[in-house]
Amino acid sequence: MKIVVCIKQVPATNDAKIDPETKRIIREGLKAILNPFDTYAVEEGVRLRDKFGGEVIALSMGPAKAEASLREAISVGVDKAVLLNDRAFGGSDTWATSYALSKAIQKIGDVDLVICGKQAIDGDTAQVGPGIAAHLDWLQATYVMAVEDVTSKSITVKRMHEDGYDICELQLPAVITVVKDINIPRVPTLKGRLASQKYEIPVWKPVDIGADIEKIGLDGSPTRVVKTQPPPPRDASTKRIEGTPQECAQALIRELRLSSIV
Amino acid sequence: MIALTDIERGKYSNIWVVAELLSGEIQSVTHELIGAARALADVRKSEVWVVVMGSGIAIQAETLFAFGADGVIVVDDHRLTGFIDEIETKVMARLINKYKPEVVICGATTRGRALIPRVAVKMSCGLTADCTGLAIDLENGDLLQTRPAFGGNIMATIRCSNHRPQMATVRPRVMKSLDPDPKRAGKVIREDVMDTDADKVKKIIEVFHSTEMAVNLADAQIIISGGRGMKGPNGFNLLKQFASIVGGAVGASRAAVDSGWISYAHQVGQTGQTVQTKIYIACGISGQIQHLVGMQSCDMIIAIDKDRGTPMMQIADVAVVGDLFEIIPEIIKEIPKL
Repeated sequence: MKIVVCIKQVPATNDAKIDPETKRIIREGLKAILNPFDTYAVEEGVRLRDKFGGEVIALSMGPAKAEASLREAISVGVDKAVLLNDRAFGGSDTWATSYALSKAIQKIGDVDLVICGKQAIDGDTAQVGPGIAAHLDWLQATYVMAVEDVTSKSITVKRMHEDGYDICELQLPAVITVVKDINIPRVPTLKGRLASQKYEIPVWKPVDIGADIEKIGLDGSPTRVVKTQPPPPRDASTKRIEGTPQECAQALIRELRLSSIV
Repeated sequence: MIALTDIERGKYSNIWVVAELLSGEIQSVTHELIGAARALADVRKSEVWVVVMGSGIAIQAETLFAFGADGVIVVDDHRLTGFIDEIETKVMARLINKYKPEVVICGATTRGRALIPRVAVKMSCGLTADCTGLAIDLENGDLLQTRPAFGGNIMATIRCSNHRPQMATVRPRVMKSLDPDPKRAGKVIREDVMDTDADKVKKIIEVFHSTEMAVNLADAQIIISGGRGMKGPNGFNLLKQFASIVGGAVGASRAAVDSGWISYAHQVGQTGQTVQTKIYIACGISGQIQHLVGMQSCDMIIAIDKDRGTPMMQIADVAVVGDLFEIIPEIIKEIPKL
């Protein structure tokens, strides 16, 4: 089977500092990493390829430096990678992003399955996976926690819901978005790292994927961010409670009572 | 994308809410969204309509008038048992084309987040996820959608001036529902699922209801969350007791989940759930950044830890220094006496 894994490079929060005034993370100067949810998508793509044959291709849209995330995917066993990079893609919202990715998937051709992470940690929208499915008019399953079975024509998955889970069968081609329980991503081997360094990542422009220029970038995005502002700051003071376990418990219960919880 | 003209935009009116159903029951997030929609409709002098899709749900749909709905569009069909994204998308698209709502609001639940992006792409309209504030421009009907980005570190306000309908999702417990008024009445429109809607869709083979999965952290008012300091699955049993007496949900850090002490459904943080509860009690959680981004927007953060120097103890509003294995049993003992 031919699998495309869509991945995104996002700002890392590992080494972020907290602003003492607002008690929130200082965003400036953060390193870029592969979106953590996408590591599960990559791993699942590689596992399905190993089990059922075929190839797995990592696809990303972003700045030139996003190729580092594609190399990371190659280092853990992805066969090929493609980067969509052009000024014209800049400013795309989830509508335009999912359109561009869907055009690239069509250009790759004969794709059976697209795997995305549940969501990206920077935008948190969870919209691009279903968006790709909608643009391609393929079936979709979101919050997938296990792939139960794959045949030449279908995939059977376990979906997570608030009140349990279900098992459903989708005719291929299809799009799935995966959550963390689906697997434990592998660590790259030395051989994988070397292969990823040598790999030449093709860069595709809008014209390469036949994208309508009016449907990508800022112009192709129905949503417009008109204002950004810091969130209301938290009260910077911390009330400290110390004492015997009984005293601590009493003080904590008092806080809960003030909030009308008990 | 082709922008709508003023005349085309003018054909769209009313605020829609997509009802959230779990196991065939309308969920409280629906009432909250109706409350938010009511406020927008009152400004815009338009109506609140709720689309209820499900099987055997017609009578339940009429309970929504009391919460502020002017009308309900009921799509009651056995093919809407379970959640088949593709059918619901086609039904929604047809209803939107027919009735032309100005705004469509949907719960940011696992179902809502699967359904509504698909609808937005099909309808070529904008969608803003997880809005924490909604206001409407009286003049042109533009929805001003405020949402947190980057784990709540920035608030963005978003407009979709050139497209209709304008779509937004809102997490449970973010908006307030109105006090139900049983005397309120409303209109009912019935719509059908067409055979073509059910064409080329996924097949649900089996459905499992699981209490273990029923950790709707977003729906809780208070979360009792544990980390490495809970030392094992038994520590989480203590938290479950604590949570049950205060009517809360149990959360966990990645460290606890990865150690197998509690299931992933409980995980709060970057690779788990982002929560915005009234109270978050962090027990033995050191507060790695990946965890903090998932809970720092909670109204009040209480930390319990022996180590007073952890990041969690720094950001907390209330930091309790002590042995949680002594303090929590004490709390469990004392609260029922109140």
